[in-house]
Amino acid sequence: MTTIAASRRGGVGQSLSLAWRGLVQIRHNPFELGDLSFQPIMFVLLFTYLFGGAISGDPVTYLQFMLPGIIVQSGLMATMNTGMGLSMDLHKGFFDRLQALPIARWAPLAGRVISDAVKQGWSMAVLLGTGYAIGFRATEGVVAVLAAFGLMLAFSLLASWFAVFTGTIASDPEKVMMYGFTAVFPLSFLSNAFVKTETLPGWLQAFVKVNPVTHVSDALRGLLTGGPVLEHAMWGLLGGLVIAVVFAPLAVIRLKRR
Amino acid sequence: MLRRMSNAILAEGLVKRFGPTVALNGVDLAVGQGTVLGLLGPNGAGKTTAVRILATLLRPDEGRATVGGLDVERDAHRVRAMIGLTGQYASVDDQLTGSENLRLIGRLLGLSRTAARSRAAELLAGFGLQDAADRAAKTYSGGMRRRLDLAASLIGRPRVLFLDEPTTGLDPRARADVWDIIRELVTSGVSVLLTTQYLDEADQLADEIVVIDHGRVIAGGTPDELKRQTGAQTLMVRPSLESDAEKVRAVVAELAAKPELSGAVVTAQVTDPAVLPVVVRRLDDAGVRVSELTLRTSTLDEVFLALTGHRAEEVSA
Repeated sequence: MTTIAASRRGGVGQSLSLAWRGLVQIRHNPFELGDLSFQPIMFVLLFTYLFGGAISGDPVTYLQFMLPGIIVQSGLMATMNTGMGLSMDLHKGFFDRLQALPIARWAPLAGRVISDAVKQGWSMAVLLGTGYAIGFRATEGVVAVLAAFGLMLAFSLLASWFAVFTGTIASDPEKVMMYGFTAVFPLSFLSNAFVKTETLPGWLQAFVKVNPVTHVSDALRGLLTGGPVLEHAMWGLLGGLVIAVVFAPLAVIRLKRR
Repeated sequence: MLRRMSNAILAEGLVKRFGPTVALNGVDLAVGQGTVLGLLGPNGAGKTTAVRILATLLRPDEGRATVGGLDVERDAHRVRAMIGLTGQYASVDDQLTGSENLRLIGRLLGLSRTAARSRAAELLAGFGLQDAADRAAKTYSGGMRRRLDLAASLIGRPRVLFLDEPTTGLDPRARADVWDIIRELVTSGVSVLLTTQYLDEADQLADEIVVIDHGRVIAGGTPDELKRQTGAQTLMVRPSLESDAEKVRAVVAELAAKPELSGAVVTAQVTDPAVLPVVVRRLDDAGVRVSELTLRTSTLDEVFLALTGHRAEEVSA
């Protein structure tokens, strides 16, 4: 009998295999790709044409302001898929199956994060594409657009620890989405993702100004349509880091104590 | 040391608490090389906790355990390379096809793409799943899923297999299929720890049985020993006339210990099947007409009643 050389491929290879698992599902369930596409398209169109006139005088001016914000919101919402998938694996016993294999302990989580990052990249491309089709213009060049992708993926990678944590505590996978909406909705709307900070009452401005969503939105604006980037990116990533530092240990404790 | 070498699994004094609940309260287990140990008990007895500890998914609070001579805590990684685990719930990915599920595990175990593919095909064919290989697992029937789950735990050719309630929820035919697979594996030298709620399953497959309740081992031995201990079968007699119930009880009492009378039905644990014709004759002699008379394998409930004095449901509550 051959005893399998467990470490031959190492944790990175194992993570990639598990990422493949998350992506090959799309082939059998094309609706998932639809979920990742229709929702962004719908949000861009709704916000642009519904609120554009009221907020900025005309839809395209508003689109130019709001698209970076909607990218951040949709990115945060997408992290909840990571939590939901994890919760599903935990409840169905697939997580146990993986943990009983001689693989790196972190590979299952890393694999999921990688496949979700790919899906997130896709969502972001759909958002940008839709925006482009109706008049959005990135003014800072290709490198800046790529940097915007990079920043957004980095931020959601950090923020996804909240989703992972909810995945470990939810009594069923649907609950993850409920927790997700409850946290992500206020966080993304109480920011300058959709409206300018100055238009808000003072007490609300105080929160909006420290909300990392505000800073990431501003950094993306800088990268896509011009303006300061570095400071906002730092504050945004710092906010993401705080989320990760709080929820990553909690999630790992929950996983170990099951 | 010698003892450890000859045991595929050895657990000593396993204790596991979850908050105030004591899931395992000092459990000892030994599974000989190439044998099947049936771990029998109702829901909540601690079976799954024991399996999770032995399969390196959970650390015990006290006690120690070895699998293939390796400590499950200190040598967890090497233990994992030698075990296969089939959980209580079919733990395959619903969204993936049968083939993809197996190839994924193969890749994770370090097989090359081609090797993973051929191992998957080999197992799918072996388990009668070749026609469903490219269908998503969510379209599988309960029995097919369980077979796929078993196949997934066999990719790495494990020497020790943990089967946590492998046939719970299956219809009799699917269950018989799974039993056949398990028997074949044992013939090929695999050691198995099998948890089950079904006495007949343990009876069919296990070389030895350990009964646990409230996280403690309450009985153990070969199936025959256990039967002798508890009464292997249950005799049930229902007289045509309710008024004859007491007469029936008296007749049965001469042949079996402690018959129970509930309504007009008399039940008793018997160990010798030859008791049946004797009962028929004596009832006839006593002039009692009987509307129902059966001799059947004791249910887990009855074994539990005999062993612990309480019924299985009370334990799971």
